[in-house]
Amino acid sequence: MKAVHYSVIQGKSFGYILLLGIFGAITAFGFGAALYMEHNGHIVTGMNNQIVWGLPHVFAVFLIVAASGALNVASMASVFGRALYKPLARLSGLLAIALLAGGLAVLLLDLGRPDRLIIAMTYYNFKSIFALNIILYSGFFLLVGIYLWMMFERRMNPFTKVAGFFAFIWRLILTTGTGSIFGFLVARQAYDAAIMAPLFIIMSFAFGLAIFLLVLISSYAWTHREIGDAVVERLRKLLGIFVASVLYFVLVYHLTNLYVTEHHGIERFILLDGGIYTEIFWMGQILIGGLIPLLLCLTPLGRSRPMVLLAAVLVILGGLAQVYVIIIGGQAFPLELFPGKGVSSSFFDGQITFYQPSIPEMFLGFSGIGITLLITTFAIKVLPFLPNSLANKDVDPHFTDQSKGDSGPSAEAATA
Amino acid sequence: MSIGRRDFLKASAIATTATAFAPGINLIELAAARNPEQAATAIHRWGLLIDVNKCVKGCTACVDACFIENGINEKGSPTTDAQWIRKVTTKDKATGHEQIFPVMCQHCEHPPCVDVCPTGASFKRKDGIVLVDKHICIGCRYCMMACPYKARSFVHQTLTGQNHNAPRGKGTVESCTLCVHKIDRGDGITACADACAGENHKAIIFGDLKDPRSEISRQLKAQASSQIRADFNLNTGVRYRGLS
Ligand code: SF4
Repeated sequence: MKAVHYSVIQGKSFGYILLLGIFGAITAFGFGAALYMEHNGHIVTGMNNQIVWGLPHVFAVFLIVAASGALNVASMASVFGRALYKPLARLSGLLAIALLAGGLAVLLLDLGRPDRLIIAMTYYNFKSIFALNIILYSGFFLLVGIYLWMMFERRMNPFTKVAGFFAFIWRLILTTGTGSIFGFLVARQAYDAAIMAPLFIIMSFAFGLAIFLLVLISSYAWTHREIGDAVVERLRKLLGIFVASVLYFVLVYHLTNLYVTEHHGIERFILLDGGIYTEIFWMGQILIGGLIPLLLCLTPLGRSRPMVLLAAVLVILGGLAQVYVIIIGGQAFPLELFPGKGVSSSFFDGQITFYQPSIPEMFLGFSGIGITLLITTFAIKVLPFLPNSLANKDVDPHFTDQSKGDSGPSAEAATA
Repeated sequence: MSIGRRDFLKASAIATTATAFAPGINLIELAAARNPEQAATAIHRWGLLIDVNKCVKGCTACVDACFIENGINEKGSPTTDAQWIRKVTTKDKATGHEQIFPVMCQHCEHPPCVDVCPTGASFKRKDGIVLVDKHICIGCRYCMMACPYKARSFVHQTLTGQNHNAPRGKGTVESCTLCVHKIDRGDGITACADACAGENHKAIIFGDLKDPRSEISRQLKAQASSQIRADFNLNTGVRYRGLS
């Protein structure tokens, strides 16, 4: 393989400025919404004493989960020695940091007291999985930062593998930690499952790669750099494998839950008669975010750039739907204070709660994506994250167009 | 066997220290009320016993008294207004038999809210009362997710007319304090228990679970009682009698 040459993008075109402007505006609207929410209290959101975590959490958790998944491409290069992914490693690291920053910003701004950030960072209850997560996130920034430095600095290159290895291990722990935030809530039936943590890890693979693909293909198209099928095809198939794995884990999750009589209520709720949550589950998570992308990724149907982009967008939408069902659906189903009894009270005991996200919450949620893209767009202008070319001849001279051959999963996918 | 000089000195030092401090410890142990400078001690464990059969349908004396005592006065938004105590109705699905009784923070010995709280704002006092430190709470609401009893409320809006005994704050989480301010000044009863007794229903007994001579301990010893979701092994400080 040839040496890879990276360069910054020019970033002088009208399109670039416009892009920065759009992402900046999305971010600004989010901050405005957060100020509004803090001033008036959470009464201006759809959240209440029943649904205590709303749409901002959906975006935040999605982005944080995707952050660790976005690092996957780099890990495959450094840890698993896949040469093809090596030129992509820098962008992979950048996206990981940008996604985490976006997710954390939303999480922070949705606090009842975001002004107490200092307290959140100085008072620790080490028993709390939440506090542990704060440490995991800080560590992730640091490790990925070091990892990027090793990649950028020629004399540090030899350490890339070690740094990549640590970042890889850390990200696995991080996603386990995020999943455990829910796993620890034994009183909530939807989360009372050991499979929660591995499910989050596999979700992170899919979400992270979908965002990576989307950013990669669009930035190459907009900067008129070449990106060949050698890269895109492999990532497409890899995405297919990840989407299939998520579906598999979701299946196992629900099957195991169905074994536990105690959990039949919540299962019925999500799968059958939960109204909006059932719809989001089947339509959003399974169909749009699962089956259609699966088809696009693993069959010749998706063998064109627009189709690959579509698959990535669908996986992202489906991912948001999945996190929505987990977080909001899990809360909408009432806590069982008295198993087997009908329960009612002025505090909505025993009732399925209604939740309607308000406009400020949507702004705040979307600002997480805005922040991520703002950071990314800005960073590729100031530092050489993108290889000059990802054309077939540059990344894999032996690549042959398989469009007439089989389209089975590649070896890379199997090792991932 | 001979005792060396140094050993002898050490032993006498320990003995002297012990005699000097022991009476002090005793004093704290025996006092029912403590002044605000003294820390709560593990000598007590405060709790409630709620007799489901004595609780009267339609009566909201305990709830009203709690709201007045603690300055809970937001109205008009049922889904977001705080409720530190609520009347719950259960109905046996097979027989249709109904029971009505108050539910509040159960003041667990192993409170899940305290375990999950990232900053340590949720804490349990030595005397078993579970509280939120309003100055450290960042309003993450993880404790509300973790509480199996739905006992906590988040303050969704700016508050007016607060009671200085029970400071509250927008953007933080709160729940029943077991009228900690009343306990600490030696009232020996919570607002809810007081109000219930005032109605002559006597469905709520407040007292020290660790004092075998207390009314609550004697009642618990005399008759069967239960905890809500005892299967979680949280060892709640609030017990129920007659819960079917
Ligand atoms: S809302 Fe406050 S008390 Fe509850 S877990 Fe968060 S910081 Fe702790």
